[in-house]
Amino acid sequence: MTRSELIAELARRNPHLMQRDVEAIITTVFDEIVAALAQGNRVELRGFGAFSVKKRDARTGRNPRTGVAVEVSEKVVPFFKAGKDLRERLNQGGGRVAQPASAGR
Amino acid sequence: MTGSTVTRAQLAEAVYEQVGLSRNESAQLVETVLEIVAGALEQGQPVKISSFGTFAVRQKGRRIGRNPKTGIEVPILPRKVLVFRPSQVLKARVNGQTVPAEDEA
Repeated sequence: MTRSELIAELARRNPHLMQRDVEAIITTVFDEIVAALAQGNRVELRGFGAFSVKKRDARTGRNPRTGVAVEVSEKVVPFFKAGKDLRERLNQGGGRVAQPASAGR
Repeated sequence: MTGSTVTRAQLAEAVYEQVGLSRNESAQLVETVLEIVAGALEQGQPVKISSFGTFAVRQKGRRIGRNPKTGIEVPILPRKVLVFRPSQVLKARVNGQTVPAEDEA
């Protein structure tokens, strides 16, 4: 599913909304998450998951192609952890969750 | 504004301010957006939001784990996990940079 498919689905479920507004809703939601993370804040959406940022220390890396050592400076990376409800939903649909005895494959 | 956690309430408030729908409807719409994303993932479909990132479901095989406290071996059943890959735009933003809107998801 892409951003435009998400917009289309939200529009389908809310036929009373103008297309322009549906687009603005999607943009606002994701922009707000990005803005929070850019400020170093955490975004916690119960049942769905939590976005946070993690600091990575500076390190000496290597160009995998040439093998040349390069200094990689300290940086911050975005991180997402799926919420409990979502994790459970992912694993109920496909069927293969808890079948202790049947040692699969 | 640092150190505060963003929740559904703040996302709904942002939608309320940006789009001009009622607070109640804004909150419902935020919920629907999350539900659409979760629903796609539940069906194993990746969700690509340009300039934000990609959510994808990955299948993990069965492996033997160990209770770190007791040392007892326990089988970890095959399961699905959710991974989030932040876009270049998001990675840049959390590091205080801006990236020319090169919209790869």
